[in-house]
Amino acid sequence: MNGTPSTTNGDVDLSIEFCGVRAPNPFWLASGPPTNSEYQVRRAFEAGWGGAVWKTISHEPIVNVSSRYGAVDYEGRKVMGLNNIELITDRTLEDNLREIANVKRDFPNHALFVSLMVESKREAWHDIVKRTEDTGADGLELNFGCPHGMSERGMGSAVGQVPEYTQMITEWVKEVARTPVMVKLTPNITDVGAIGRAGARGGADAIALINTLNSIMGVDLDTLAPKPHVRGQGSHGGYCGPAVKPIALHMVSQIANDPEIGLPISGIGGIQTWQEATEHMLLGAASIQVCTAVMHFGFRIVEELISGVSNWMRAKGFGACGDFVGASRERVRDWSDLDLNYKVVAEIDQQTCINCGLCYIACEDGCHQSINIERVPESQFRKTRRDIADRTFVSGTKRYTFGAGDGYVNRFTINQETCVGCNMCALICPVEGCIAMVEIDTGKPPMSWREYQKRLAAGETELLEPPKHV
Amino acid sequence: MAKSGIRRNSKMLRAKFAELHPPLDDDEAAAAAVHCLYCYDAPCTRACPTRIDIPHFIRQILHKDTRGAAKTILDANIFGGSCARVCPTEVLCEGACVDNTLLNEPVLIGRLQRFACDDSHEASMNFYTPGADTGKRVAIIGAGPAGLTCAHELRKQGHRVTVFEARDVAGGLNTLGIAAYKISTEFALSEVERIMKMGIDLRLGSPVDADRLAQYLLEYDAVFLAVGLGRTAPLDIPGENLKGVWEALDFIFQTHTKPLNKCKVGKQVVVIGGGNTAIDAANAAVRLGAESVTVAYRRDKHAMPAFEHEYDLALSSGVQILWLTKPLKIMGRAGKVAGVRVQRVRLDGRGRKARLEPVRGSEYTLPCDMMIKALGQETLHELLEVFPKLKLTKNGRVVVNPRTGATSIPKLFAGGDCQKDAGEEVVNAVEAGKIAAAGIVALLSR
Repeated sequence: MNGTPSTTNGDVDLSIEFCGVRAPNPFWLASGPPTNSEYQVRRAFEAGWGGAVWKTISHEPIVNVSSRYGAVDYEGRKVMGLNNIELITDRTLEDNLREIANVKRDFPNHALFVSLMVESKREAWHDIVKRTEDTGADGLELNFGCPHGMSERGMGSAVGQVPEYTQMITEWVKEVARTPVMVKLTPNITDVGAIGRAGARGGADAIALINTLNSIMGVDLDTLAPKPHVRGQGSHGGYCGPAVKPIALHMVSQIANDPEIGLPISGIGGIQTWQEATEHMLLGAASIQVCTAVMHFGFRIVEELISGVSNWMRAKGFGACGDFVGASRERVRDWSDLDLNYKVVAEIDQQTCINCGLCYIACEDGCHQSINIERVPESQFRKTRRDIADRTFVSGTKRYTFGAGDGYVNRFTINQETCVGCNMCALICPVEGCIAMVEIDTGKPPMSWREYQKRLAAGETELLEPPKHV
Repeated sequence: MAKSGIRRNSKMLRAKFAELHPPLDDDEAAAAAVHCLYCYDAPCTRACPTRIDIPHFIRQILHKDTRGAAKTILDANIFGGSCARVCPTEVLCEGACVDNTLLNEPVLIGRLQRFACDDSHEASMNFYTPGADTGKRVAIIGAGPAGLTCAHELRKQGHRVTVFEARDVAGGLNTLGIAAYKISTEFALSEVERIMKMGIDLRLGSPVDADRLAQYLLEYDAVFLAVGLGRTAPLDIPGENLKGVWEALDFIFQTHTKPLNKCKVGKQVVVIGGGNTAIDAANAAVRLGAESVTVAYRRDKHAMPAFEHEYDLALSSGVQILWLTKPLKIMGRAGKVAGVRVQRVRLDGRGRKARLEPVRGSEYTLPCDMMIKALGQETLHELLEVFPKLKLTKNGRVVVNPRTGATSIPKLFAGGDCQKDAGEEVVNAVEAGKIAAAGIVALLSR
């Protein structure tokens, strides 16, 4: 079956060109369990994925343990985070190369990269690069990120945590590579930029990030064994899934904003939804890679990604991915550049408030003590709400108001004099749009911390005081 | 009557009396618990007469501390497992739940409460031990929810408690007076049993008259009067003594004291009344196999005191309801009820105070072989009116200090259905028991 040259959805064109490789859409599968075999990658391309990075191959197959994965659930939702102690491919190099060639032959218009990890020897890297490129694969991804197992053998993140190694191996690969070389970075490092720059110096054509984070998923409270466990013992594994997206976005943004790098980015980390994919792209990722979401739900999720991004693009007037990739990149600044004279305060819409009190207690105990609580008699409350009919409940000869108890309803209002505009109440409010953060005109021109320091030194400004909220 | 051609088998009857809201399993409980927003100064808790900390116990369920959840519930309400089953949650905790506004349905608070309580019940958890003996003695009259709650609270403080119960079974209306499809007799008794483990001298079959009450006031350091109410109010129409005329509570009692296939029910049943007991009796009659059940109420649906959800259950069970229908006379044949002569009425005015105007010429007869009176219970005036110093309301209920349960007679406390402004639910009786216990503890520590 031939892949379609581009995923078009009405007037929106999702096709991309990523360091010279064309793909019908930016949604690729990351190197991992979903790209372990020809069978899976075929199914993925048929389902609509625009590209894939084949699960890391090597000269010798490894041996895996059982069990391998652990998950964090959050109050009823499964797999907020996932970790694994699985290693790179456990299949032979010959099997992998043959299947890669088969897929590429049948899907010439899809992007197929191959993830590589071999011993840190020049000849070993030369050999695998050549043999991989002989399959017709579109590009290479160097796995400098895997944080468990392989790193103990001097590979994976053991390379990606040392700029010199990263640069050296990238150079070895570039000595023989004819296709684009993407360096995949580990987040288990103090400054991801240092490794990104090393990759760039080594001649990389693109940067992929992030790989998984070191983690122990938990401890079984019955057996006291770590999770996941192998005969009662565990080992740190690579953490991924929705929980890691913010870390990934930060690192993507860091690489995208580094003037010494300037390479296309393939964004990875916590992408389950079209919104998360779009966020990666807005911060600078030209393609995105997904793994955990597919492990959870299967290849079919790509349809929601395509539909969601297309509809968003249409609403925003973007015709192609290039129109918005990196559009938010420069908005990520140093804290010292932010305007100290910008002020927002919370505002509670009394017409949609359900009177749960979550904003109040969050503000009172954990934040800035700026929400007032007032007991309104139930009878009086009825008069203040236009939608009260929807909140009144009659049974027998009794009449109740939802949210009332013991004859009163709690009404919450913001003390805007002391509100610091922290967002917390708006973040936790269960009613969409009930608490808004509204801008207050301070009447002062924008002033960053840097400017503030200068003006203070020059005696041109007073000390800024926080609102007295305690 | 009962055996006159109604074919019943016990398996079918048990199925009909199966619980309306079966227990939640672990997954269902987790899915229900996740909806709780964990409100601050939560409306559900404020709407609960016993002030169970509902967000707290639901969060404990969510975090798999089911035992902790049960303790949270029982700390506030020692009949927590019963109330989880019999409370009209629709008009209490669940009626106040803010999820009604957000999601158009409340958190399943009652069923979650049951989930937690059943878990501890199955594990025979004992959360409480008696306090160090104070040597003080308290007599409690009535082993219903108010009396037993008070007994439990007093034992926690180390006071000695003797409970006098007229019937030969403990638990009062919680054991006997609630439709069996809401609570099984066994479960109701198991909650009584937990209280008994606190070391209570329970004397069943010990009715208390005015002389005995006077004696206990001399013998004990305090007396808690939790006698509930007496007989159903009479209709004051001819024919009330005919065979086949029942009081609603007696009719419901039998579903707890006899095997279901031995319970009496008519082929054609007429229930007179519009409260929750009337609806309960009608629902029970349908389930026992009556061919037709008709509730006649003299006012309209608007004024009907029965809760909406109970009324809906009756309608979906096939009960017919006649509004604005007033009984005139119970017709008999050979000493047995054969029908109820009724008359249509018209309302003059609005609401429950509206005057009823008979519609001339609208009389007709509802044929029946069983008639159930459900007009509400009268007070035990023979007991209460003997004490000239005991302040009563006009309708014979005991006036108490709402904060302490103290009556106008020193050392005498009262609570539950016999008290002024009593709520009619088990949960109200439990709270009255707690209030009186606190009042008694304060008195005895003086």
